Amino acid sequence: MNIFERMMSLDRRWVFLFVALVCVATYIVPFEIPVRVDDEVRSIFEFIDTLRPGQIVFVAIDYDPNALAELHPMTYAIMEHCFRKNLKVIVTALSQNGPGMAEQAIRDIADSVRLDREYGGVKYTGREIVRGEDYTFLGYKPYYALVILGMGQDFRIPFPTDYYGVTLDSIPMMRGVHNYAQVAVVVDLSAGNITDAWIAYGQGRFGFPLALGLTGVMGADYYPYLNSGQVFGIMAGLYGAAQYEQLADNPGRAKDGMRVQVYAHLVIILFIIMGNVGYFMSRRKRAGAAR
Amino acid sequence: MEFSTFLWTTLGAFLTLATFSFLYKDNPFYKIAEHLVVGVSAGYFVIILWHNGLVPNLFERLADGDWYLLWLNSSKPWYLVPALLGALMWTRFSQNYSWVSRWPLGMYIGIATGVAIPLEMANRVNRQLYATMIAIKWDNFWGMGFLDSAAGFSQIIIFAGVIAGLFYFFFSKAHTGIFGGIARFGIWILMIGFGASFGFTVMARVSLFINRIQDLRDWGAASFNTSNPHYSGWFFIVFLLLVFSLAAYAVVEVARFTKRRAA
Repeated sequence: MNIFERMMSLDRRWVFLFVALVCVATYIVPFEIPVRVDDEVRSIFEFIDTLRPGQIVFVAIDYDPNALAELHPMTYAIMEHCFRKNLKVIVTALSQNGPGMAEQAIRDIADSVRLDREYGGVKYTGREIVRGEDYTFLGYKPYYALVILGMGQDFRIPFPTDYYGVTLDSIPMMRGVHNYAQVAVVVDLSAGNITDAWIAYGQGRFGFPLALGLTGVMGADYYPYLNSGQVFGIMAGLYGAAQYEQLADNPGRAKDGMRVQVYAHLVIILFIIMGNVGYFMSRRKRAGAAR
Repeated sequence: MEFSTFLWTTLGAFLTLATFSFLYKDNPFYKIAEHLVVGVSAGYFVIILWHNGLVPNLFERLADGDWYLLWLNSSKPWYLVPALLGALMWTRFSQNYSWVSRWPLGMYIGIATGVAIPLEMANRVNRQLYATMIAIKWDNFWGMGFLDSAAGFSQIIIFAGVIAGLFYFFFSKAHTGIFGGIARFGIWILMIGFGASFGFTVMARVSLFINRIQDLRDWGAASFNTSNPHYSGWFFIVFLLLVFSLAAYAVVEVARFTKRRAA
């Protein structure tokens, strides 16, 4: 067996092991790599950054723990940005295991906002995030398409109470807030078909500005909606989250993982080249033997 | 970190390693992790559905009625209709009456279809068609950034790519000559699209692994922080138990592998 045949018959577990070792090694060694910011992420940041204090941002946390790795950093970066800018946030979780994700994010972000911090040269004094005044968590309801349509009439139709059982009318920040008309922007952070519903039944029906935070797997499929103007911004995968963290000057888990991404990709590209070289050389050898 | 918190987070770390053990081969640790995820997710979902769905959207809306009058005297008795339709779904469990469940299903599918068709057509077909046919601003074409401008070069690529892609999927004519050339360009466009998806997918999979590394790092830092006032020797003993269980299985596997190889 020559080297090319060995390349072709390499056990995939060696590939896994090598990629894992490279990931762990690059993670252990702390160094920073530059993150280039794309226009589609910058447009989301700038939209939120230019909102006036008191305006409402609707954050749809439509993912389960299996997408936490990519979408949680986006949630953290966007919601902290909102709270630091004194914006109000309405949160829903239309994915089955989404409420747990949302509660964890809100708890962690509230802890972070309590601290005095400096982002982009601007000093922000720490403050307490108050449920019902700074944010409202509406929770989960089944059949997301009908929920999205229902909220277009009145949030109270699908959500008579918030996640904690408090009626919406008794929540201070929800007074006078009935539907998307009172919301400045909807940011959907999703790991599945719920994004399609936000585009077709939400933005298409009610016309609000819609931005998407997507898993890497979904990213390429949703760029046509950017071109058509149905969404004004897209953050795709951990790289999208890292770009937002870079813009917000709030480095988190996404930026922390970028150096690993670079080297993991290099290793995978190396294996792809090896596999292709092995394939073509062994094919040439077979063709030569047949002659 | 208290001992109870340590136990939960250690279970999480153990399940992470158990899940990754599948990359070597299927094994009992992976099975435990897999079944636990499915079971916990199902249980969590049922409780969420009860407290977030049925209680506020049904029971509380009928709460001012009396049960012995089947809530018909409540101020919103029409909520009994979806409740009844929902209850009819349970007839699926009866061999004789399972056909009754077609009524609520029929109603749901009817409503969903009625809602979906116009909105899907308008927003996922028509709007995309319009976006393909945006007029090209030629004055912008040679300007700065024409390569990434929707009104410039990329618009031509989108238009040509869509047409060529459609040519590729037209199978009523042989893919030869000019037609074949356009179809070939179409398949190249499709391959570039698939390549972009593949690149994103690799990034997604690596992201999952990075997240696990980050979690294991946080778990290690929090669990074996001796300045923690709740820290005790039990932390280390529990950790060793888990490591030994994984190591013991690894030894058994290596022994099996060696035996197979010798045979």
